[in-house]
Amino acid sequence: MPEAAPGVSIQVRVNGKLHPREVEPRKLLVEFIREDLELTGTHIGCDTTYCGACTVLMNGAAVKSCTVFAVQADGAEITTVEGLAKNGDLHPIQKAFGDCYGLQCGYCTPGLMISALQLLKDNPTPNREQIRKAIAGNTCRCTGYQNIFKAIENAATTMRSPSHAD
Amino acid sequence: MYPRAFSYHRASSLKDAATLLSQLGEGAKLLAGGQSLIPLMKLRFANPVHLVDLNFISGTSYIREQDGAFRFGPLTRHAEIEKSASVARVPILHDCAAGIADVQVRNRGTIGGSLAEADPSGDWATVLLTLSCEVRCAVQSSDRTLKLTEFLKDAFTTALAPDELVSEVIVKVPPENSGGAYIAFKRTAPVYPTASAAVQLTVEGDRCKDITIALGCVGLLPIRAREGEAALRGQQITPKLIASAADAARAAADPQSDMRGSADYKRQLVGALVKRATEAALRRARGQQVEVSHIYA
Ligand SMILES: Cc1cc2nc3c(=O)[nH]c(=O)nc-3n(C[C@H](O)[C@H](O)[C@H](O)COP(=O)(O)OP(=O)(O)OC[C@H]3O[C@@H](n4cnc5c(N)ncnc54)[C@H](O)[C@@H]3O)c2cc1C
Ligand code: FES
Ligand code: FES
Repeated sequence: MPEAAPGVSIQVRVNGKLHPREVEPRKLLVEFIREDLELTGTHIGCDTTYCGACTVLMNGAAVKSCTVFAVQADGAEITTVEGLAKNGDLHPIQKAFGDCYGLQCGYCTPGLMISALQLLKDNPTPNREQIRKAIAGNTCRCTGYQNIFKAIENAATTMRSPSHAD
Repeated sequence: MYPRAFSYHRASSLKDAATLLSQLGEGAKLLAGGQSLIPLMKLRFANPVHLVDLNFISGTSYIREQDGAFRFGPLTRHAEIEKSASVARVPILHDCAAGIADVQVRNRGTIGGSLAEADPSGDWATVLLTLSCEVRCAVQSSDRTLKLTEFLKDAFTTALAPDELVSEVIVKVPPENSGGAYIAFKRTAPVYPTASAAVQLTVEGDRCKDITIALGCVGLLPIRAREGEAALRGQQITPKLIASAADAARAAADPQSDMRGSADYKRQLVGALVKRATEAALRRARGQQVEVSHIYA
């Protein structure tokens, strides 16, 4: 059993910025994002692929970053919650979560917003059932989800409006 | 949580992956979607010394329809199968892909990894048992094609040799006038089912010409409910006959009590799922569009 395996050089683009780094193979993507890049918006809840607090987009697809090794993100494009706001303006999804009280403690929120982003990219007019399926991999222990549904519907409306470019 | 340290190898082709497996020996494991293996490594139930990553091999994630069969690449993700319009013509395959865990797990998890893992609660093996399915397995210099029933040996055990990998999954498109449905009972989305039932049938006029029924999570392997099938095959399907098939399925189940429920509970449950899946399969075989969803507690 190797004590520490040789590091591997990787280049990961996170929220548009390229990060060349050397990582130990067993380092999980979420640890890489939080510890190496100091982007602590992505949370670790269960660390067992259940809660979705660690959800990020990897090449446009939502993944649980506690269940991907950082070496696997070599060459990939990652979007974390820090990538949502542009030039100090909150993304419509962020704004809607605030406006609709879609969060209480906020622990689950970064992951939920990334899952919402994935949904709304693929389906600009989701119904409740589609929203429910899209966030089935994200656990919230506070809100009871009703305001999260409202927030995602509200964000969908904003993102469909002609004034929202992106 | 950190797994034990391991050396990381990135395979450039499936052949390269098989070569690496034979060179590195028993301490080596393949990494596909990682949605079974990485959690096991974090809990240190699996402690590979070498990890051979298949994810950087191009052309391993595909769905091709050819000579009356679907061919799935080993790295074809559950989500790709869920979204495929051609696969949707065999609704039981769509039911299966769309019902696995959640969006995030489906975006990573693969059909090849699922079959290789042979988790007794995994959905693919149960569903594919109702269709004509073959698994192509490759070593460095040759390959062989096994029937799914030959491939699956026991819980978490397949016919794969240590240096052999799944290179393709081949599923025959069912004949005209066929329909199928897969329904699982789940406590929440990101967990394996408590019990599940897959039913695939073909109708001829008002009779059931052929039928296969498979039960999931109620044995060490998915179970064919052959007496349940016999109750319906060749018959005009009535609610009474469906009830007999469900009873026969209950008798065929071999569940164990665990945190998901007692053995008796699972036996009751699986019969109810067979009933619902048979009704949906029948309507689909008759050309109706029927949306099927798992049942969440
Ligand atoms: C929270 C959660 C919920 C889940 N719920 C469900 C569920 O409801 N239903 C369900 O069916 N599954 C479920 N899964 C499992 C999921 O479907 C996995 O994706 C699947 O079981 C394994 O596929 P993988 O590609 O992730 O394989 P990996 O985890 O990468 O590999 C699994 C095993 O197969 C081996 N392997 C992988 N690819 C090959 C290959 N081509 N040839 C030979 N060996 C190979 C690996 O070495 C490893 O031993 C769940 C997983 C999680 C984390
Ligand atoms: S921390 Fe990754 S799913 Fe909970
Ligand atoms: S707001 Fe507290 S867990 Fe969701």
